[in-house]
Amino acid sequence: MTKRRLLALGMLVALIAASCSDDDATTGGPIAEIGDGEGAVSIIAWAGYIEDGSTDPLYDWVTEFESSTGCQVTVKTAATSDEMVALMQGSNDYDLVTASGDASLRLIAGGTVQEVNTDLVPSWSKVDERLQDAPWFTVDGKHYGVPYQWGSNVLMYNTDVFGDTPPTSWSVVFEEQTLPDGASNQGRVSAYDGPIYIADAALYLMAHQPELGITDPYALNREQFDASLELMRTQRDLVFRYWHDAFVQLDDFANEGVVASSSWPFQVNYGSFTGIPLGSVVPEEGATGWADTTMMHANAPHPNCAYEWLEWSLNPKLQGDLAAWFGSVPTNLEACSGNELLTDEGCETNGLGNFDLIHFWKTPQADCFGTGGECVPYHEWVTASVAVIGGR
Amino acid sequence: MVTEQTTRGPIDRISGALHHRPRLRLALLLGLPLLWLVGVYGGSLLALLSQSFFSIDDFSGTIDRTLTLDTWGDLFTDSNISIAIRTTVMATAVTIAAAIVAFPIAYYAVRFAGRRLRAVFFVLILIPLWSSYLVRVYSWKLILAREGILFWFVDKLGLNFLLDAALSAPGIGGPSLSASALGQFIVFVYIWLPYMILPVHAALERVPTSYLEASADLGARPLQTFRTVIWPLAIPGIAAGSIFTFSLTLGDYIIPTIIGDSTPFVGLAIYSYQGVAGNLPLAAAFTFFPIVIMGVYLYVARRVGAFEAL
Repeated sequence: MTKRRLLALGMLVALIAASCSDDDATTGGPIAEIGDGEGAVSIIAWAGYIEDGSTDPLYDWVTEFESSTGCQVTVKTAATSDEMVALMQGSNDYDLVTASGDASLRLIAGGTVQEVNTDLVPSWSKVDERLQDAPWFTVDGKHYGVPYQWGSNVLMYNTDVFGDTPPTSWSVVFEEQTLPDGASNQGRVSAYDGPIYIADAALYLMAHQPELGITDPYALNREQFDASLELMRTQRDLVFRYWHDAFVQLDDFANEGVVASSSWPFQVNYGSFTGIPLGSVVPEEGATGWADTTMMHANAPHPNCAYEWLEWSLNPKLQGDLAAWFGSVPTNLEACSGNELLTDEGCETNGLGNFDLIHFWKTPQADCFGTGGECVPYHEWVTASVAVIGGR
Repeated sequence: MVTEQTTRGPIDRISGALHHRPRLRLALLLGLPLLWLVGVYGGSLLALLSQSFFSIDDFSGTIDRTLTLDTWGDLFTDSNISIAIRTTVMATAVTIAAAIVAFPIAYYAVRFAGRRLRAVFFVLILIPLWSSYLVRVYSWKLILAREGILFWFVDKLGLNFLLDAALSAPGIGGPSLSASALGQFIVFVYIWLPYMILPVHAALERVPTSYLEASADLGARPLQTFRTVIWPLAIPGIAAGSIFTFSLTLGDYIIPTIIGDSTPFVGLAIYSYQGVAGNLPLAAAFTFFPIVIMGVYLYVARRVGAFEAL
């Protein structure tokens, strides 16, 4: 018996020793000029982000790129930010990733992505100036990617229930109250199922409990974090279900009597299209949102083609078509006029005017993004949100 | 003697040699599968568990590969323990309900159904397994929805008060069947039921009719026969089936995301820790819960003879 135990212990130690080996990649600076294309580029992207016309022939921004540069595009779609991070960290086969703000800083801190030389991207100057130095991809003045698209989370509501008085505050999902149809909101609201949703609670407290001194919903000290969790615990009793699948959420609005929730413009557009009475607002407290950045792998196998794509990704035609397809807002504002698919109203419909109300997703970090002080790190956000959703 | 020796081929000689070396015979027979079991199953489990002695770096969210016990300290929190308990309670309830539903079905199929009817039974039990698990769970979401067929049916029958009473019960209720623990329980039982029926059926089939006749001849009433003859012989089958229903419920992370009020189960928590936070050490440590629970369960199941009926 003891012998067997010793053997098991030995194996355990050997395994730990084996997995301890150092495999950190060293990162050099960005390249200084674009050479000949390598004939291929491989991109990790959200579904619907890189369309080659195979879903709908009207939406194609790959074919022309391939014929003009000779770089064949392969796309690996990922469903979550975390899947993107895992794919990037686990392999050297990918050149680019369309990372959201809750993934980008993790990729930079882990040395997984490289600095981008913006001089090699002529259209850089056309990027919306408010995004050029955005903190979710700019560290110490270095740019680790090129902004691709952004969008806002919205408060989606049932127009049959709210009628002429659309909600103006997130309080309809955070605090128990009587809705315009006379019934309580208990069991009739839903909330996003992800640790980053704690930031929505913090955003609400930013407006309603100023004494906490929250200035950035992604940089929370212990006291602010605990207060946000406390708010989420009261919300727990109201929530019908936490959603992370857009279609499950729409089904809850259609068949389960859910009438208000944080959501994306996509669900509002698609759900209205299928006949659910939906409307949406960005409430007075503002909203969280996502901004995606095309980032380049530290060991990208096709750096020249990758730079070609970075430049291509900013052209107004692509930016406008993509915004129309995905319900997002272009980062090159030239796309907002004269695009057939998006139309001239498209940018406003998708939320361009809400820019100043939006606090974009970024991965919470222990050093409060270098502003000093001690913040609660992201992995604690995850543990805490699992606990809150579990009723603790 | 001499002629016999010259006619012996190589296969004969090998089999002769093996005949005298039972240990070698056993090693050759079991070596490969054993290597697979120990190396692939045991090895990957150990590799996984060994991750739990690392920790996650607060700043970059990457794994810090220095040995530490910190992760194990994070494991035993109120929240994690309640997740383990909730999952165990659900798995136990599902197992008991599946046994209660499966026994009469299996018993009827064995004792009363004719050859043809028995075939129909098997097809009905097995057909759901041919369609996708996800499709079945999503259809249940629609069945259990507030605007769904079940609510409509209950409404037509005028039994609303019963459903409302069930949904307002603390712990199992919720705003809708599809968002309650009760709904989760119904779907779990439906999904895993075939895995209970089949072993129970196998166990009952092995009860010889002569035992029942003997019992009747000796004057036992039907209920007595059931209690003293059929039931004890069926227990190993139920125990075997319960291993499936229990462990499948324990590890499932799809039903709790689609049905129920989003409260995490063990599988879901592990998925969040690894898939969302990239916190492999904590996810690895969390697997400690299902390993211990299953260990205890298998020990008990073995004591009641589950492995004899598999």
